[in-house]
Amino acid sequence: MRYVKGFGRFWYDFIIGDDWKIAAAVVLSLAVTLGVTLSGLVTLGVGTVVGGVLLLVSFMVSLVVDVRR
Amino acid sequence: MTGATWGLVASIFVASIVEFVEALTIVLAMGVTRGWRSAIAGVVAALVALVAFTFATGYALRTWMPESLLQLAVGTLLLIFGLQWLRKAVLRSSKLKALHDEEEEFAAQTAAARQAAANSRFGIDTFAFVVSFKGVFLEGVEIVFIVITFGLSADNMPAAIGGAVVAGILVLIVGVILHKPLAMVPENTLKYGVGLLLAAFGAYWAVEGLGVFIGDGESLEWPGGDWAILALLAAWVIVSRVMVGILPGVKAKRKEVVAR
Repeated sequence: MRYVKGFGRFWYDFIIGDDWKIAAAVVLSLAVTLGVTLSGLVTLGVGTVVGGVLLLVSFMVSLVVDVRR
Repeated sequence: MTGATWGLVASIFVASIVEFVEALTIVLAMGVTRGWRSAIAGVVAALVALVAFTFATGYALRTWMPESLLQLAVGTLLLIFGLQWLRKAVLRSSKLKALHDEEEEFAAQTAAARQAAANSRFGIDTFAFVVSFKGVFLEGVEIVFIVITFGLSADNMPAAIGGAVVAGILVLIVGVILHKPLAMVPENTLKYGVGLLLAAFGAYWAVEGLGVFIGDGESLEWPGGDWAILALLAAWVIVSRVMVGILPGVKAKRKEVVAR
């Protein structure tokens, strides 16, 4: 069990790192981009730009939340 | 070599230098305090594990994943790595986090190594072995991911591997000659630059890869094609500079509110 926990801890540290909010921001931005694109609200090309903007904004928000703690 | 290939090699070289320097600090600390035999055994074991991991990952990515899913998976990973580095770089530039210092890291590692209990198996000091193994494997896996993702996406794996190998040899030679942490490497600046690059490439590939869920599963196309990477890079530079400017004010305001 100790090894399984250690293995899980290693991959958590590796992928999520010091601040889980960054990973959450990335996953959320990509999920919203997919939703917007699948809904047909925007064309596929515009969808990519929406994705880029969402990633930039979510990074800024996660940093502000981090600093305000 | 084309300009794009040189850019690929340079990006991987710089990213790898940062990771190799961090691994070297850990191994040096273990070697100096607990003995070189155990530290080197940890390094060798980590290298063997890394080779196996690289073959398994490379084979799985190449064989089983459609291109768009590959872009989504590796793009998302690169994006998370890149933004973690960028986050630290922004916090350090705005003086909200102390600068990373390899000498301090070395001092902390050696202090921990001196306090750890002696526990030997097969003539190998367990503490030095495990710490060296973890340090080299963790930093190595990051290099492997960067090399595989950049190499596969640019369709030039030899150039990608070459960039990392040259960085590794360079750090190893300088480390052996100096026999101390490479504090002269401008690690904070390099991390900022690499964070920007990983964030730009990661965003580009991750968003393209969303196409796996849409229509025929083909990758999405950014307006302007590959030029969008430059636009993303510029956008990350602007966002990071804006954040460096405003975060100290956000922190000060928060302190005022808490003090009331």
